Amino acid sequence: MWLPRNGRGAAPRRPNGSISMYAVRLWSVRHSHLMERTYKVLEATLIALAPLFARVGYARLERPFAWTERNLKGLLFDCQMCGQCALSSTGMSCPMNCPKNLRNGPCGGVRANGHCEVKPEMKCVWVAAWEGAQAMSGGTAIVEVQKPVDHSLKGSSSWLRVVREKTAPAPVAPPKPKAVAS
Amino acid sequence: MTNSPLYDPGAPLPSLPGHSSDGRLERVLRSGRFAVTAELNPPDSADPREVYDRALVLSEVCDAINATDASGAHVHMSSVGICSLLTRAGYAVVMQISCRDRNRIAIQGDVLGAAAMGVANILCLTGDGVQTGDQPGAKPVFDLDSTSPLETIRSMRDKRQFLSGRKITVAPRVFIGAAANPFAPPYDYRPLHLAKKVAAGAQFIQTQYCYDVPLLRRFMDKVREQGLHEKVFILVGVGPLASARTAKWMREHAPGVHIPDATVKRIEGAQNQKQEGKKLCIELIQEIREIEGVAGIHVMAYRQEEYVSEIITESGIMQNRQPRRPARERMAS
Repeated sequence: MWLPRNGRGAAPRRPNGSISMYAVRLWSVRHSHLMERTYKVLEATLIALAPLFARVGYARLERPFAWTERNLKGLLFDCQMCGQCALSSTGMSCPMNCPKNLRNGPCGGVRANGHCEVKPEMKCVWVAAWEGAQAMSGGTAIVEVQKPVDHSLKGSSSWLRVVREKTAPAPVAPPKPKAVAS
Repeated sequence: MTNSPLYDPGAPLPSLPGHSSDGRLERVLRSGRFAVTAELNPPDSADPREVYDRALVLSEVCDAINATDASGAHVHMSSVGICSLLTRAGYAVVMQISCRDRNRIAIQGDVLGAAAMGVANILCLTGDGVQTGDQPGAKPVFDLDSTSPLETIRSMRDKRQFLSGRKITVAPRVFIGAAANPFAPPYDYRPLHLAKKVAAGAQFIQTQYCYDVPLLRRFMDKVREQGLHEKVFILVGVGPLASARTAKWMREHAPGVHIPDATVKRIEGAQNQKQEGKKLCIELIQEIREIEGVAGIHVMAYRQEEYVSEIITESGIMQNRQPRRPARERMAS
């Protein structure tokens, strides 16, 4: 399923992952519709729990939430913990796995077989994103312009940020790049 | 240099209502003329003469010269450096900004500096990956993607503010460009991606090399369906292939370049491959010109600058437009 086309060397391993992680990631994109529905339920649940989170304190919840996201989304999407999840707008294909971190669309270097310019053994994140978006009810989000990544949010929980933003009446913090629901 | 009464392409042009820049390229495009831009191959040298020599042959037939930003991830003279030389000699330039080597702080600073030098056009690119070049150990930056700088520069120009919201006293009056590659997957997403770039602020587009006109037509159909051709000026990339070997090398090694087998075979079968490559380029230009919504062409003649003038003239796209007399000619005399 995932072998080098040029016949040179052994089956390539992604430098920061394994072959199976890559296969799971592609599976998640193929099931983007399921992922989307699951996330909607999760988001509604988390928002309903917002008063509880506020009482416990978001700062105290940050670590367990980030740990859960890192492991769960890491397994399903090869999540890189940018802290401002864009999966809903990228067909459930994590744009931070693009070697150029492109969050608005593919670069011009995509190979004719739909693979990455930089990592020829990997399917282009945006070719996958476009396929994933077709199966999603919110698939048109792929045409909305995404703001630049805020690198200061790296490693933090995207879910908690979404809950805080969606439950806070007024802007909580100075305008940060808008986090998009995953 | 004397104050000659001759037409001086370097003289500042008065601002026109509805124009974002005071540059020639925007005027040509808005007036409905078929525009021509050309890429200058940057020298591996600190000699300004090499830049001027290459610009001289291009400027006769083009409305603006593109200064590339370490394309193919190879070091050459910088786009800022080339623009500095060319603007002071009166040339109209398109400064290319790649996101591979600089973060948002550097990019915004370069935009102000460029506008101050008289650069009227800026093209925002993602940039080829460092693995393409001869220094694959370099750290790729990619702080912004190719769409974000469009929005950033537009807000610098129209709202007079940096990405942070901090104010700019005098806004950079620049015409904002982006790249498009209709010839790489995912083909169906490419027209939507273009729409995204237009929404972010792109006013003109320069595409990757076109050797596949049917594919371009399909792309342009989708562009027109969205009405994008009325919002953005599309300049299609073309270039002569020096030989069949070059063509094969390009499609193997240059990221995103698509050359159909039939094209390679045609050049391979020719007596004089270089002549055939030139002829093919002229035919492509003539075909591309007929496509509704194409506003111009962008010539990328790698190490073949001397042919650009012939190609443009023989393709007939200049019609009765007069070749330019760049200021540099007068400087030399």
